Parts: sequence; C-alpha cells; structure tokens
Amino acid sequence: MNYILLIYEDADAFTARTDPARAATHFAGWQAYAQALREAGVMTGGAALQVPGAATTVRLRDGERLVQDGPFAETKEQLGGFFVIDVPDLDAALAWAARAPAASYGAMEVRPEMSMSH
Amino acid sequence: MDEAARAIEQAARDSYGRLVAYLASRSRDVAAAEDALADAFQAALTVWPQAGVPERPEAWLLTAARRRLIDAARRAGVQRAAVPDLLTLTDEAAQETTATVEFPDERLKLLFVCAHPAIDPALRTPLMLQTVLGLDAARIASAFLVQPATMGQRLSRAKAKIRLAKIRFDLPEPAELPPRLACVLEAIYAAYGSGWDDVAGADPRRRGLAAEAIHLGRLLTRLLPDEPEALGLLALMLHCEARREARRDATGGYVPLTQQDTARWSRPLLAEAEAALASAAPLGRFGRFQLEAAIQSAHAQRRHGPGADWEAIALLYEGLVRLAPTVGALLGRAAAVAEARGAAAGWALLAALPAATVAGHQPYWALAAHLLQRLGRRDAAQDAYTRAIGLSEDAAARAFLAAQAARLA
Repeated sequence: MNYILLIYEDADAFTARTDPARAATHFAGWQAYAQALREAGVMTGGAALQVPGAATTVRLRDGERLVQDGPFAETKEQLGGFFVIDVPDLDAALAWAARAPAASYGAMEVRPEMSMSH
Repeated sequence: MDEAARAIEQAARDSYGRLVAYLASRSRDVAAAEDALADAFQAALTVWPQAGVPERPEAWLLTAARRRLIDAARRAGVQRAAVPDLLTLTDEAAQETTATVEFPDERLKLLFVCAHPAIDPALRTPLMLQTVLGLDAARIASAFLVQPATMGQRLSRAKAKIRLAKIRFDLPEPAELPPRLACVLEAIYAAYGSGWDDVAGADPRRRGLAAEAIHLGRLLTRLLPDEPEALGLLALMLHCEARREARRDATGGYVPLTQQDTARWSRPLLAEAEAALASAAPLGRFGRFQLEAAIQSAHAQRRHGPGADWEAIALLYEGLVRLAPTVGALLGRAAAVAEARGAAAGWALLAALPAATVAGHQPYWALAAHLLQRLGRRDAAQDAYTRAIGLSEDAAARAFLAAQAARLA
C-alpha cells in the first residue's frame, strides 16, 4: 500500500539548503534517507520542492483566474517535498517517517494514497 | 421464543467482542465487521425462534456475519489486496462450522488497534468500549458527557481512519510493546474514571463505565498474563470498586476513605485485587499502576487493624511522584505526609505546588482546607473551603465540605 510522506520544514530549514556552511550536511542526511528507502525496496516516488517563495497559487472564481504569489497557506512550516513509499501498513509507514531528517527538525505527515482502482 | 431470545442475549454478551475482533482482523475494517455482525444478530432474531437455537450459536453468527461481510465487500469492490484475507476468512469459517476448533481470540489485537498512537487519545476509550464490549454510541456518550450523535460521528471517523490508514491488526513489536500497552492501560483507566467521579449517580446524564472498565481489565490480564502493569491496573480498579458502597452513608452523604466503615468494603473484590497485585510482583517490572494499587492496598489494611500505616503510604506516594508526578500523586503524597508527620509537613508540600496548576483543581482546595483547619488557620481554611465547594461537581462532596466548613465557625 502506498503512503505519501509529506515533509514539513520551517524557514530555517529552507535556508539551510543554500547556506554554504550547512547545505552539505543538510543534503547528506536526505540523500542517506532516500538511499535507505531505495535499498529497502519501498520507495516508489518523490520530489523535493523549491522554496515556498517560488510558489504561485491559482484559483478560478466566477470564471476569473486569480493568481497569487506565494504558497496556498502561510504557515510557519511549509511543504518542502514528499516521498511515496510502498509498505504493508501504517506502522511501517510511521517507522520510515520517523527516520526522515525533518522528523527531528520539522514534521513528517503520513497520508495513505487514495486508491482509484475501483 | 424466550429460549431463542435468551440465547441471542447470551451470545451478544459472551461473544460480541470476540466476533468483531475476529472479523475486523481479517477484513481490516472495524465498521464493516460491526455492521455484518449486527446483521447476523438480526437474522438470528428471525431464524432461531423458528428453527431452534443452533448447537454452536457463535459459529452460526460468525458464518452469517462472514457471508454478509464478503457480500458487502463484493458490492463495494474492495481493493485487490484485501481479497486474500477475505478468502482466508471464508476458509477458516468453513472449518469452524465443521470442526470443534475454537476461532482465534483477536481481541488483544483489537485493543491495540483502538489505542494506537495514530488514533485521537480522546477516542481510544470510546472505541474500545464500542468494538470490544459492544456498547452503543449513546451509552458511551452519556459517560463522556457528549451528544450521542457527536459521539457516533467521532467513532465513525476513527474507524474510517483505521481502515484508510491501514492500521495493522497485530501485536506490537517487542520494542514497541511497553509504550503501546501504556496507551491501552490509560484508555481502560479512563473508562474506569468516568464511572468514579459520579459515584452517587447524581448527574442523570452521566452513567459511569466502571463495571465495563473492570471487565476490560480482567480480559487484558487473561490475554497478557505476564504484564505486571495490566495486573496492577486491575488491582487498582478493584480496590476502588471494593469501596464503592462505603463511600456513601445511609443518607447518601460522602464518607472520606479514612472514615469509611471497613465492614462495607467488598471482601471478594479486595481478595481479587490483592491476588492480582501479588501475581504482578514476581514479574519484576514495577510501574505506576502497581504503585497506585499498592497504595490502595495499604489503605485497605485498615480492615485488619486499628489504622492505616501512613508512613508506608507516604513512601509509596514518594515513589509514585518520582515515576509519574501528576497533580493527583502530589496531593496524595501531601495528604499521607500530613497524616504520618503532621499537618505542617503536609501543608509545606501543598504550598510548594505551582499556583497555576492547582487554581481550578477541587481536590487541592479540599485538602488545603482540611490541613489549614488542622493548623488553626481559620480564615485561610474558610477561603479554601469556599473554593473547594465552588469547584465541586458532586452534590454529596459539596455537602460534606460545607459541613466541614461550618465546624470552623
């Protein structure tokens, strides 16, 4: 069963991506995590997202397209990326989420994939 | 007709939780398992009075429920992944009707699912009561003082979460067992607490769940006989339950523990409590519930002699405060120290508690009033009584405190 692990990070974590003093350590943690997912044979997909400042939000209201700079919701912690993993049950998904670097400095949200097969 | 009705009632009482647990563990869908079983009971109500009570009512209900579960799954077009489990269900059920083999007891797994960390803590107890004991939402709602419809919706959402997020029907890994078991124990204790605050039944909206909680506690110790904290929790609940009658005098007035007539304590419940606690000790893992049960056991020693050993009780509370420094434990320690070493020593402990923690806590003000009264600080005692009375939910406790306060004048 597929679970999507959503990575929530605060502004400091987004800064770490481009901070020369911290970027290498920051990404090393994520690379090791992604490698562990691959080696366990559970990774089925994922992506890292650019910073929330690069986001644009679109709504259609009364036929009019409303385009807004910024992410959908201005919250302290923002979606920074996601993994899709295939594991037997929630406990297995939670165990993988707990190992993600963001579990320590931000938060990981675990959502089951909605099956559209029937 | 009467025989059939009795057989159905008996099956509901004895087997409901086992049947739901078994069906849900195979279908991974608690709500569907409950619905299928409700249909099976409905069918029994029409079939049994005519065809007679089947030789094995449980197996009959299981077969009927399983058939409905598979039909419902086919109609809903379940995910491919669930089909093998449903087929297993068919095979096992087929064997059960022919052989005398008992179907496996999956209630422990169901208890762990209900108290899973991914479930809202406030819903763990209601879920257990509904799925394992078969209580309806209205009954649970009355114990937790919410609208029946609201409770029904919350329970439905929790069951949907179990199904959609695919919470595993399995025992936790050994490393995970202690924290997960703690969730189960907390949920059972919360059910007991719901029936304890209102011992007089003064609030007609509220019907306690003490008997149901003890039922779950006994079940858990049978399913996990080597878990000392499960035994400790059972011992704790039984000790409190043994004193239920003695907490009220002939006119319904509140009687504090130290003034209770020990002849009114239930000897069978006390014996069961002591046996549970005694069997926990050799397992060699001490914990909060065993400690709380030991405190109650020390109080109960008063039935054998003149008074309780307050120094021993104070030491046990000292241990409890180190293990779980709840407000209740801190108050218990202060009360025991006041009895063992004098009101001033007890008051010193009370006065050290942060004001913000205790400001709205009725037991704190009741104890403070009592200790200030013993210290001869009349005005401060009067103030504390007023606050305790104002924070009381229970009419009998309010009357008791008012009578104590009247003695000040």
